[in-house]
Amino acid sequence: MNFKKTIFSALATLFLVSPVLAELVFPSLSYRTGPYGPNGIPFADGYEDYFTLLNERDGGLGGEPIRVVKCETAYNTEKGVECYESTKGEGSLVYQPLSTGITYQLIPKSAADSIPILSSGYGRTSGRNGKVFKWVFNFPGTYWDAASIATKHAMDMSGGSLEGKKIALVYHNSAYGKEPIRTLEALSEKHKFELSLLPVDHPGQEQKSQWLQIRRERPDYIFMWGWGVMNSVAIQEAANIRFPMENFIGVWWSGSENDVLPAGEAAHGYKSLAMHAPGDNFPVYDDMRKYVIDKGLGAGDGSNVGTVLYSRGMYAAIMATEAAKTAQKIHGVSKITPTMMRDGLENLEMSEEKMAAIGIAGFSPTFKATCENHGGQGSAAIQQWDAKKGTWSFITEYMNSDASVIEPLILADSSQYAAENNIKERCN
Amino acid sequence: MLYREVGEFKTSYAQDSHTFPIKFDRYRYYFVIIVGLLFIPFIINDYWANAVFLPFLIYAIAALGLNILTGYCGQVSLGTGGFMAVGAYASYKFMTAFPDLNIFFVIILSGFVTAFVGTLFGLPSLRIKGFYLAVATLAAQFFLIWLFNKVGWFYNYSATGMITAPSRSVGSFFITGSESTPAAKYLFCFLFVFLLAWIARNLTRGKIGRSWMAIRDMDIAAEIIGVNPLIAKLSAFAISSFYVGVAGALFFSVYLGAVEPTEAFSIQKSFIVLFMVIIGGLGSIFGSFAGAAFMVLLPVALKNLLVLQFGWSVDIAAHFEFIIIGGLIIFFLIVEPHGLAQLWNLLKQKLRIWPFPY
Repeated sequence: MNFKKTIFSALATLFLVSPVLAELVFPSLSYRTGPYGPNGIPFADGYEDYFTLLNERDGGLGGEPIRVVKCETAYNTEKGVECYESTKGEGSLVYQPLSTGITYQLIPKSAADSIPILSSGYGRTSGRNGKVFKWVFNFPGTYWDAASIATKHAMDMSGGSLEGKKIALVYHNSAYGKEPIRTLEALSEKHKFELSLLPVDHPGQEQKSQWLQIRRERPDYIFMWGWGVMNSVAIQEAANIRFPMENFIGVWWSGSENDVLPAGEAAHGYKSLAMHAPGDNFPVYDDMRKYVIDKGLGAGDGSNVGTVLYSRGMYAAIMATEAAKTAQKIHGVSKITPTMMRDGLENLEMSEEKMAAIGIAGFSPTFKATCENHGGQGSAAIQQWDAKKGTWSFITEYMNSDASVIEPLILADSSQYAAENNIKERCN
Repeated sequence: MLYREVGEFKTSYAQDSHTFPIKFDRYRYYFVIIVGLLFIPFIINDYWANAVFLPFLIYAIAALGLNILTGYCGQVSLGTGGFMAVGAYASYKFMTAFPDLNIFFVIILSGFVTAFVGTLFGLPSLRIKGFYLAVATLAAQFFLIWLFNKVGWFYNYSATGMITAPSRSVGSFFITGSESTPAAKYLFCFLFVFLLAWIARNLTRGKIGRSWMAIRDMDIAAEIIGVNPLIAKLSAFAISSFYVGVAGALFFSVYLGAVEPTEAFSIQKSFIVLFMVIIGGLGSIFGSFAGAAFMVLLPVALKNLLVLQFGWSVDIAAHFEFIIIGGLIIFFLIVEPHGLAQLWNLLKQKLRIWPFPY
């Protein structure tokens, strides 16, 4: 009888979501399964562990405990929507889906539900224009910044001019991979280089024909917008055709240990963009080990601590919690709502002092969000892989993107969105 | 006891050709319609609409469409994802090119565009059969997705190749875009499901449906008794594609709001819809619904059971979902190779003579 009752109550609540509690809720739309799981796991570990660290060390944020609501998206947009709908009722403060496709789905939904989205270094680039996208934030940098900075680095390598050079873009054939094309086209006109586009279909294991074409075309530089297994396959293929690795530059999503380790020694010299420093030589990692990992409270098995994507996830959580602190300060309450959270994101300033206080001095570029600018100053550095030592290291300072190319593109794309959806510009 | 034919006297031909000849079935059907139409819209919220009802209703339309082609006419198709993409992109082009066109007609027109494309890709079916036809439709799948990736006109040259549905309304109720309410979206899809299922049911028991089934069972014999294979096969492709196109248009405009072809309409979609039809029951309207429910609702229910009730971690739950659903598929196909619809029929047979089986 009792068993039957349990079954009935279980069935009745199958489709229901649990009740709202008085905490700061940060949903983690992670993917630990599916073809992109190997990259999703370290990110999710870093993201969730940082909240655990705050709870363990500081007792939450401003005295309010943090609750992380987890939902598995498998990098699939339909599941992403299901996750969003099932978690938004719990008082979720900000969404960070780590998927450009899911971000595109959530942009109109989150505006209707008044919940901000923070898509750091992914998502819709024109979301940077805060005049149109009130609820979308993508600091510290966008794909278009990345494209511009990669081009800049290529230009530095070839002595200040790219005229007559050939650049090939190997990209994931999805909204994510296609994002930089428009900017690179504009840049190719400006700097007079030849651009060739080589799409790689999901999940990216099959790239033989693309690399055959690269062998035929002999580009001077290859840029890559890849994710998941596509990255390591591409690096392996580049090694197979003996492409000079220092001329192969990936976006910040193609520059983790997972991507270069499978190719072994051959990956030596591969470069990628970086929006934060590699390695775990930061005070925050000491706390992380002391309060979270060594106590066995880590979200994962601990093997990813200190990797690039773990740091990326941690950085995403840092920006979210700093924005929440800013919101608490602005509104003078500790229990903030998503709308207050949005104000916090819009007024977020990551200064050197603030980063030093968190224990990540010099970890990432400084930026300041404003009403108009939701994307930060758009700076990134170039990091290079040393296969012998097995470490990434910075080879440049943080560089700024070419605003003269990107600004008009962002304006055009966002005003098209505003026109299609009858959005009035803010901040005037 | 309740479920029996005894005592039901048919006094007219209309009564005799009821879809649901047994009173209990008929009332059950009315009950579902009334609950769906008058009860659910008042209690539905975003979660129920976007995670449960919309995907179920839309996949049910796609499964109905594929069931007409594969279940009734016996032509195996692996191009469902591609045809859904045609519906989605057609609706996008109609919505952006004619902003004043009512969304209802946009969906219908997208269906017709897909029907035309489907007929074109159905032409090889006149010469090839079985697995070979499956390969030909597979080509349609890959070609169409490639086309929507390659040609900028289809996505209005947007930066990412993504298409985003603008806000459209019926009267003062927004159906697409961010202002739409879950009840409006649900009712809109419910209306399409109701109409299309009703048409499908009546098509399949009329002349055209009989000619499809004749072709399915033995095409040479069908030809000898006077069924024109050209008309039967192409009409099956056209009508099936119409359904799939409507499903694709709703999937894009009402359910997701923004899609990219490679992810939303991949070969995976074709397989999922085909599995729905096979698990639900080939050649059965009810089977299309049962299959859609099995493939769409079960994962959501399982996820909520494992994560919210048992408190499992989300990744373990996701892995177990695959295991459980895979196991259930095998179980159902072993117990009843003809799908859930056949199980349902057997249950009804038993109920008819219950409690005195002979």
